[in-house]
Amino acid sequence: MITIPYLTALTTYFSYGLLFAFGQLRDFFRKIFDWWHASNLQGYAPICLGLEDFYIRRLYLRIQDCFGRPIASPPDAWFDVVERVSNDNNKTLKRTTKINRCLNLGSYNYLGFAAADEYCTPRVIETLKRFSTSTCSTRVDGGTTTIHTELEKCVANFVGKPAAIVFGMGYVTNSAILPVLIGKGGLIISDSLNHNSIVNGARGSGATIRVFQHNTPYHLEKVLREQIAEGQPRTHRPWKKIIVVVEGIYSMEGELCKLPEIVAICKKYRAYVYLDEAHSIGAVGKTGRGVCELLGVDTADVDIMMGTFTKSFGSCGGYIAGSKELIQYLKYSCPAHLYATSISPPAAQQIISAIKVILGEDGSSRGAQKLARIRENSNFFRSELQKMGFEVLGDNDSPIMPIMLYNPAKIPAFSRECLKQKVAVVTVAFPATPLLLARARICISAAHSREDLVQALDVISRVGDMVGIKYFPAEPNKQLQDEAGLKLE
Amino acid sequence: MASVAMDMLKAASDWLTFAFDAPFARAVVFGVNIGGHLFVEGLLFVVIIFLLSQKSYKPPKRPLTKKEIDELCDEWVPEPLIPQITDEMKYEPPVLESSAGPHAIINGTEVVNFASANYLGLSGDEKLLDSCRKSLEKYGVGSCGPRGFYGTIDVHLDCEARIAEFLGTPDSILYSYGLSTMFSAIPAFCKKGDVIVADEGVHWGIQNGLQLSRSTIVYFKHNDMESLRNTLEKVTQENKRAEKLRRYIVVEAVYQNSGQIAPLDEIIKLKEKYRFRVLLDESNSFGVLGGSGRGLTEYCNVSVEKIDIITAAMGHALATEGGFCTGSARVIDHQRLSSSGYVFSASLPPYLASAAITAIDILEKNPDLITKLKKNIGILWKGLSGIRGLEIASDQASPVIFLRLKKSTGSSKGDLHVLEDIAHRVLKEDLVFVATSKRSTLDKCKLPVGIRLFVSAAHTEPDLIKACESLERVAALVLNAHD
Repeated sequence: MITIPYLTALTTYFSYGLLFAFGQLRDFFRKIFDWWHASNLQGYAPICLGLEDFYIRRLYLRIQDCFGRPIASPPDAWFDVVERVSNDNNKTLKRTTKINRCLNLGSYNYLGFAAADEYCTPRVIETLKRFSTSTCSTRVDGGTTTIHTELEKCVANFVGKPAAIVFGMGYVTNSAILPVLIGKGGLIISDSLNHNSIVNGARGSGATIRVFQHNTPYHLEKVLREQIAEGQPRTHRPWKKIIVVVEGIYSMEGELCKLPEIVAICKKYRAYVYLDEAHSIGAVGKTGRGVCELLGVDTADVDIMMGTFTKSFGSCGGYIAGSKELIQYLKYSCPAHLYATSISPPAAQQIISAIKVILGEDGSSRGAQKLARIRENSNFFRSELQKMGFEVLGDNDSPIMPIMLYNPAKIPAFSRECLKQKVAVVTVAFPATPLLLARARICISAAHSREDLVQALDVISRVGDMVGIKYFPAEPNKQLQDEAGLKLE
Repeated sequence: MASVAMDMLKAASDWLTFAFDAPFARAVVFGVNIGGHLFVEGLLFVVIIFLLSQKSYKPPKRPLTKKEIDELCDEWVPEPLIPQITDEMKYEPPVLESSAGPHAIINGTEVVNFASANYLGLSGDEKLLDSCRKSLEKYGVGSCGPRGFYGTIDVHLDCEARIAEFLGTPDSILYSYGLSTMFSAIPAFCKKGDVIVADEGVHWGIQNGLQLSRSTIVYFKHNDMESLRNTLEKVTQENKRAEKLRRYIVVEAVYQNSGQIAPLDEIIKLKEKYRFRVLLDESNSFGVLGGSGRGLTEYCNVSVEKIDIITAAMGHALATEGGFCTGSARVIDHQRLSSSGYVFSASLPPYLASAAITAIDILEKNPDLITKLKKNIGILWKGLSGIRGLEIASDQASPVIFLRLKKSTGSSKGDLHVLEDIAHRVLKEDLVFVATSKRSTLDKCKLPVGIRLFVSAAHTEPDLIKACESLERVAALVLNAHD
């Protein structure tokens, strides 16, 4: 759990209050203007409701230059950020031809497969020539090629499950699979910080949804016991089935899932486990096989393993791996398999080649080096940040490390100052995080060299001093460090 | 009877007078004369206090003990995660050993492919492949991040601008998957309480979007304008607050589930009369309908500004992947922060965006592709219309030709079985690859199932004739056997 210092919480509330008050004031004047111009709605209700886009108009637009920065190169360790200018107080941004070569601490390029690769790219282009860009058809009609069947075998083998099914988009994988597996009369117990795709999938399924405290096994057990004893609401019939949905690494927290404990609890209460490895597959574990490998969980105990290819493999799409029967059933009933265009063959080839490199099947040790590199890089960067006194979330070995900013004014300040000094970072605010817990997020890649990281640390430290986000004393003695560690947990 | 009542009344009044006349009833306390009624009220007050002081009746609450919960947990047996696998579920689609062009290779032999919506025949086009190759070499495959977090690559912005320019709209937004376009765009604009009138034949992506929006959803009969008018009238009449709510009509240009084309001019008339906004899915009409492939608006001669939100998947005519949504600047900007499939998902691989730009360039320079496609649709339509036992359900201009059984077996499953039998034999015996319209268990569409043929500009005349002859021959055989 994150504990906000009292004073910081107060100033943060104050900042948002001020922004809100001025926003309302400006809205008031706008209303008068609009009234003056006479409404041109002609009997339609406005397409965006007042409060719905209040946040966008009055809070987001002021700092929109910190988000969605276009790039003009692959998202590798260094990339070209396109400069944008605004002539109307940030309401619209125009691209210029100027580019800014920056160190990339924002992309999910964990293993460095984002840029052209000596092994992968020639094979991808070969596949492009042979299979073209798209099959223009769904998997179940004419969209299954030999590449697709090869990919499914390759993924199943990599994650350690008997079979797998792949889709062209990670988001759709979650949101279209959950409704197939569970429906009315079922219960989904979801971690409170699960990704939006899981939330939407759960909503679309019609099952009852209960939430347990983020990454807290004993609370999960409490919820499970309560729900099994209570049964369905009103009718009190027993639940048809219960699926517990967790993520391997939480993308906004950088935390590893407490999988061994959660799996043990689910086993005890006969709930099915659905593990979303969007950020962990390929990035952690001795051979890159994700959190199961890292934390020593037998994949046979995880009923449904989901993951995406966007991050570590530098491609697109997602997979579900499970028993042979599960995959057969999904192929028969899942709308994403029946109605969506199958994954583009070159993208599929990129995944196959990347997995081969990771497993060393390309005949080199590049995969093992990449895995060792990302682990070293992550742990080095995390410990250095902590030494400097930043409030860093997440666990060791995780390549994601959020730095807490809290105050809304510090979001653009941190982001713009870092960019000025050629370090591109991601800042995250509402709606991706709770309103008070704005943060900067750093994603480490195996493509970063030690010099890159030292340079980045230098810049971040300087900007951190300037913006005032070193919430802990720098170079703390042993005792304080332990305390900080406790707080983060 | 009356006298008895009178007697009782008299007795009661006597008693009352007695109470009033009782010596203490005339007592004076602190200078106040205690009348008889005060005495009675005092008595009532005491009774109320007495009753209130009593414990109310509550059955004792006994929460489950730890042991009982343990027992319940032990007793609970969940259903299996998935139902028993039947033979029907074991279906494996044919595996292509080449690109899914007009001719594809299955099991080592070349077949004519009618299962890919490669309408303009751009799949495998040299220029398209060349732009993809350049893009792959420059940008790699994936974008490694959502649009907000350095996942915006300059080709995405170029592609958005190109689409908007082609369609004549102010702006457009790219999605990384065709299916996610509709189910993200709809919930961005429709919330609880809003009213959506939708066609009952819309595909699953739209159905899912409608469900996620939690709006009030009313379906009208498939492509029936009379039904739409009645529904709109009813919705507006019934709901007094309708004026204040956002109201939408959701239709597809070419229905994936039937091949019908929505009569847009009539929908526009109704929309303007009842003040509804229109959401139009152009997945199967973009690049196909209209003289220059600008879709249903061009086909029906409707100005594109009249449609509020247009969405389309790019996995059909453009032979790439992903989807886009286009409309006014306000509609697009709103989605950039409110549309879940856009905000929370990695962006489209850049090479697919390059492919889309090139595909639109090719389409703009070669309007004869559309003429060729129209001619092919005409030939196939003519050849298939005479088949005994099957009828064409799709529109004459639709690039998806939808064949359904003239005489249904009575159930959708039974129909599908017969149709699959036909499709299977057509592939095996005559090397013509067609697909049936399979339905997911989640799909709520009730339209009849059928065989779908996706016509391409790259099909040659012998291909089309071969398909017609083969379907005619096999349909006769299979339907006779089933009769």
